[in-house]
Amino acid sequence: MPKAPDFLVHEVEDTVGVVVVETVKKGSNLEGWLMAKDSTLKIKSKDAIPLGHKVALKDIKKGDTIIKYGHDIGKAIADVKKGGHVHVHNVKTKRW
Amino acid sequence: MAAKKTKKPAKKAVTKKAKSPVVPKLVEDAPLYIPEPKYLPIRSRGKPTFTGYRRENGRVGVRNHVVILPLDDLSNAACEAVANNVKGTMAIPHPYGRLQFGEDLELHFRTLIGTGCNPNVAAVIVIGIETAWTQRVVDGIAKSGKPVAGFAIEQNGDHKVIWAASRQAKEYLHWASELQRETCAIDELWVSVKCGESDTTSGLASNPTVGNFIDKMDAWGATTCFGETSEITGAEMVCATRGKTKAAGEKFMKTWQAYMDEVIEPYKTSDLSDSQPTKGNIEGGLTTIEEKAFGNLEKIGKKAKYVDVLEPAEEPGKGKGLYFMDTSSAAAECVTLQAAAGFVVHLFPTGQGNVVGNPIEPVIKLTANPRTVRTMREHIDYDCSGILRREMNFDQAGDGLIDITMRTCNGRLTAAEALGHRQFVLTKLYRSA
Repeated sequence: MPKAPDFLVHEVEDTVGVVVVETVKKGSNLEGWLMAKDSTLKIKSKDAIPLGHKVALKDIKKGDTIIKYGHDIGKAIADVKKGGHVHVHNVKTKRW
Repeated sequence: MAAKKTKKPAKKAVTKKAKSPVVPKLVEDAPLYIPEPKYLPIRSRGKPTFTGYRRENGRVGVRNHVVILPLDDLSNAACEAVANNVKGTMAIPHPYGRLQFGEDLELHFRTLIGTGCNPNVAAVIVIGIETAWTQRVVDGIAKSGKPVAGFAIEQNGDHKVIWAASRQAKEYLHWASELQRETCAIDELWVSVKCGESDTTSGLASNPTVGNFIDKMDAWGATTCFGETSEITGAEMVCATRGKTKAAGEKFMKTWQAYMDEVIEPYKTSDLSDSQPTKGNIEGGLTTIEEKAFGNLEKIGKKAKYVDVLEPAEEPGKGKGLYFMDTSSAAAECVTLQAAAGFVVHLFPTGQGNVVGNPIEPVIKLTANPRTVRTMREHIDYDCSGILRREMNFDQAGDGLIDITMRTCNGRLTAAEALGHRQFVLTKLYRSA
């Protein structure tokens, strides 16, 4: 049985994962489960990230589309470093 | 009655086998005895079968209710009296049915008739205030071929109606109680899905578990249904591409647009940015309305495509497969409409712990939130929180869900049934005259 993951990623093309533990601090070494391929990802967190919140899987530039579930879930309104916390402070809907 | 003093009560709830019952001093220390399951393990890999009641029209039900159905709010008391007189029958009271008109009235009739026709119902007594509309519901249900009788209160009064209806209900009950289950093929099963009190664990794990179930069921030829027009907002363009035909996709977009134009536009006080996602959703980690909608859409899996788009409570008419139904996202309203369309078992993934049930359609609750499993275990039929710990993948979680669904079809009562959750909530399109 692989170790319980710190974050989950649905699809290969996703640019964010979701933290599933309550212990992510700035500088934590995180292990993620890429469910589509049943493989393991490793990332160092740049921020403290609460349970249920998203972590950037790569460097994201302002204006980039954020991909989760393999789909467009909004755009970055600020640069986010790989391992950074992705939420309402740096991502916005494209709807309004 | 003085209970014999026993040894120290168990400190923690014992959820496994325990030798003999003890009387705990404190109720919260009470051990919980879970008998060994008597059912044979069902092969969850591969195409399962289930046992159901074959009705007069060929459809298969997984419950065998004798329903006492009120036409209107005024007839609730008589229906409840009949159900009290004849144990084993079930009244399903509701607050509407007077001075409705137009499309709203049509939906009222469609929902009542559809509920009576649902294969989980063996026979029906309809009670209404007057004869004409009561007769309309009786005639609608009679088309399914099942036993149905109607009684009107005007010029009779409650007492006489309760007497006559109880007399008839008892005969129906005797008859229904001798009906036998038979083995049925999986392509005869109709399953509806809808989620509620969602949180990040819903999109992450419990909704995709339902999606895995739907993909497998779809390949086996089952009939399935999802709804929640409002909650798909943000993913509607992708949902439109999940139509089996171009026409189905276009019909979905038309339905969604009508919802935006007729419901959201006239009544909104701002754009949806303040309410979608909700403050609670944002606190939990959901950032945009798109993210929320795609988490919801995970329920229909990766491969299944819907064959048609249904009106609220409309029975599917284009053969087996997945259907979208135009419904509210309020749990009980949505399940009531799906049950009225003929779906016999419901899957309800929840995050924070919705407790909804339906009088005639068993609602199976699953969650991937370990805290909800811990704090609300009496409401949860299936725990898939192992996904978050990488103890199971979606394929295994989906198989587990198939397993509990087959057990439920075969007769296992759901948490909602055991706890008496019978939310029969009619959808009202606009106020009565």
